Amino acid sequence: MATTAPEPTRRDFLFIATGAVGAVGIASAIWPFVSQMAPDAATIAAGAPVDFDLTPVAEGQIVKLFWRGKLIFVRHRTAEEIKAAETADVGSMRDPQPDSARVKAGKSPWLVVYGNCTHLGCVPLGNEGAFKGWFCPCHGSVFDTSGRIRQGPAPTNLPIPPYEFVSDTKIRIG
Amino acid sequence: MSGHSTYVPKSAFGRWFESRLPIMGLIHSSFVVFPNPRNLNYLWTFGGILAFMLVAQIITGVTLAMHYTPHADLAFASVEHIMRDVNYGWLLRYLHANGASMFFVAVYVHIFRGLYYGSYKAPREILWILGVIIFLLMMATAFMGYVLPWGQMSYWGATVITNLFSAFPVVGESIVTFLWGGYSVANPTLNRFFSLHYLMPFMIAGVVILHVWALHVPGSNNPTGVEKKTEKDTLPFHPYFTVKDALALVCFIMLYMWFVFYTPNFLGHADNYIEANPAVTPAHIVPEWYFLPFYAILRAIPDKLMGVLAMFGSIAILAFLPWLDTSKVRSGTYRPVFRVFFWLFAVNAVLLGWLGAKPAEGLYVVASRLSTAYYFGYFVILFILGYVEKPLKLPASIAESVLGKQGSANAMAASAAAAPNTKG
Amino acid sequence: MNLKTIRTLAFAASMALGGQAFAAGATVIPPQNEWSFSGPFGRFDQTQLQRGFKVYKEVCAACHSMSLVSFRNLSQPGGPGFSEGQIKALAETYQVKDGPNDAGDMFERPGRAADRMPAPFPNKQTAAAANGGAYPPDLSVIAKARTYERGFPTFVFDMGTLFQEQGVDYLVALLTGYKDTPPAGVEVPAGKYYNEYYPGHIISMPQPISDGSVEYPKTADGRPQAPETALQYAKDVAAFLMWAAEPHMQARKELGFKTLAFLLLFAGLLYFTKKKIWSRVEGHHGPAF
Repeated sequence: MATTAPEPTRRDFLFIATGAVGAVGIASAIWPFVSQMAPDAATIAAGAPVDFDLTPVAEGQIVKLFWRGKLIFVRHRTAEEIKAAETADVGSMRDPQPDSARVKAGKSPWLVVYGNCTHLGCVPLGNEGAFKGWFCPCHGSVFDTSGRIRQGPAPTNLPIPPYEFVSDTKIRIG
Repeated sequence: MSGHSTYVPKSAFGRWFESRLPIMGLIHSSFVVFPNPRNLNYLWTFGGILAFMLVAQIITGVTLAMHYTPHADLAFASVEHIMRDVNYGWLLRYLHANGASMFFVAVYVHIFRGLYYGSYKAPREILWILGVIIFLLMMATAFMGYVLPWGQMSYWGATVITNLFSAFPVVGESIVTFLWGGYSVANPTLNRFFSLHYLMPFMIAGVVILHVWALHVPGSNNPTGVEKKTEKDTLPFHPYFTVKDALALVCFIMLYMWFVFYTPNFLGHADNYIEANPAVTPAHIVPEWYFLPFYAILRAIPDKLMGVLAMFGSIAILAFLPWLDTSKVRSGTYRPVFRVFFWLFAVNAVLLGWLGAKPAEGLYVVASRLSTAYYFGYFVILFILGYVEKPLKLPASIAESVLGKQGSANAMAASAAAAPNTKG
Repeated sequence: MNLKTIRTLAFAASMALGGQAFAAGATVIPPQNEWSFSGPFGRFDQTQLQRGFKVYKEVCAACHSMSLVSFRNLSQPGGPGFSEGQIKALAETYQVKDGPNDAGDMFERPGRAADRMPAPFPNKQTAAAANGGAYPPDLSVIAKARTYERGFPTFVFDMGTLFQEQGVDYLVALLTGYKDTPPAGVEVPAGKYYNEYYPGHIISMPQPISDGSVEYPKTADGRPQAPETALQYAKDVAAFLMWAAEPHMQARKELGFKTLAFLLLFAGLLYFTKKKIWSRVEGHHGPAF
């Protein structure tokens, strides 16, 4: 083949412009394929608040329910459990939180927490472990009657879902 | 895939890696310095376009499969869920559905280019047969994909096409029951079609690798059909053909996007927006446009078994084309009589497609039969033509056809100085 | 039916295709209407979609479900443009079946924005039984599920002109195509009706709308927003059904314009790049092709 023009240099504007536009095109084309992985409109909309009636939950009982597909424990604590939770030494905890910050004011019998261990997501067993709160059978995390991490690998307390008391016997989660 | 590589990695790591897995050398020799005939026209860009379409279909398909539910009760609603709720779901689905059509547009251009320029002739017979296999796999994949939305056309298309196998004597009935996984097209059928629809594109990809491998042994055919002889007949793949392929690809994508964004249901059927109903057959059932010529052949034959055999035969005969065409001259450019029959064949193929969409009655039946007869007759004509046709004078070389005799001589003198890319 | 019968029927269906001849012979091509959403820059008319929804809610919804559409869709961008508050209030006027509760019972509760629009009948069989044996089809994608043959060569030009409003044109024609007195020689069975545009003409649905049957919102001067005529109702509800079938149409067309403009620019740059690269090669100074 015969050459009639010098070899292009890296500074050739046309080539750089074409390459840049092509790169922008490829980057934009990737976006829909990434975005489709995020929760879809139906999943987002389905997270409407749910009401839960507390009347049937007996003292000492833990009830499981779901909101947005996530497990939630509703625990009707006994006086003993409340006392244990309130008098524990907060300062020595991994994720220090007084019991008052984990229940609604004046509603100390009712503890509402997410039901998945903060270590790697297993479901802890109720009324088990050294503090008779929860014990996670997967990797041995121990939670007290306020759902706070006391022993084992879990880094934080069981989180509290957004909820409110709509009446003395009914909560609305979400 | 072109044998010896002149690739020398620049970095120490590159040399370390290359001595253990010479993949960069393979890419370099196949798609960078690979010598392509310098006279390839834009019809030769469709191979690259097809590679792009296969990748595009796999990527959109894999993402759609993340949201689709292959169950007879849920499939239709899950497709609508994709259209309505999934982020950009409507785009993914329209890309995939129209992508199938565009894939066939490109493959038909690719096939007819091969037919015109005699790309199937020695030494490219295996290359051509691999292409026929890819075409068959594409048809099976497209058919199963069209079943997945579980609309009326999906359901009845699946029923009709699987029933083709019932035409075979003795074993026909059992084959159909086996394909269905039951006594009708139902959930097991849908489920297995989904599984196979996911599998087959990867089989296509495998055969495509063989196809490219077989291509890189003799290299591309070209519009003159004269084999490349010296370096002056060729240009390195990069940058000459990469940029040419890229330009053609972007133009092709514009056509694709026109359909996707502006008239995404043009190539589909309204009836497929009605959920599958085994009790009602749509008034007007036709396959997707890319199957219509074969559908016309099926219906042109009044006997059920013969119709099915003719339809399968119309594709199978392509595999024998390298031996059915007896002419020593490859390119249609130098075969004046062949050219007439070729264009008749092309027009006839479109006509068959049109007839495939028409009711099988009256003049349409007569026309379908004549058309089918010519479809098969073409191969007989090619066989005879090789003995009787007097071809035009072929150019001595590719370079001569581009530059003329004098230019060719000059180019030879200059060629040693200019091919920096091939000198590594 | 045994396997063989089914197969024979299916194969007959494939061989027959006579259906098309039937449809072609019996179908009257619907008149074309002006639609705000046609063409590459088409957009839905929000007030029209709101009126169309009113017609659907007050007339069609008595028999026809729209099970793929959720209340929340009515407030999403590119749709009728109801506010979230309006949607919440609207959803609460419906009772939605939910459950089972802890006692194992199904119960009814007020609708939420996330709920699908409740169907008028619990299942297809009930719907068919209540409507003289004919199941009133779900209307979620009906605007895309109905069409008519455009014929050669018109359908080829449609690729360029982007005409794709066969479905809505047909719906308008169907809703306004009832004839009290069928043409001579046509027998209309009891409980059926004659419609000029329905394939085969004999339809189970009685004429659903007539002039004045739906009250439209009033403008400031006290007049209705649009004429309260059967034709206008038909157009409005057809537009609403088009939106329901293709809720992201506006986003699609907007993204399409950006994409094609970008590709045109890119193709232009590639054209000159290609020309420049190939200009190094002797014998390739001519046209690009």
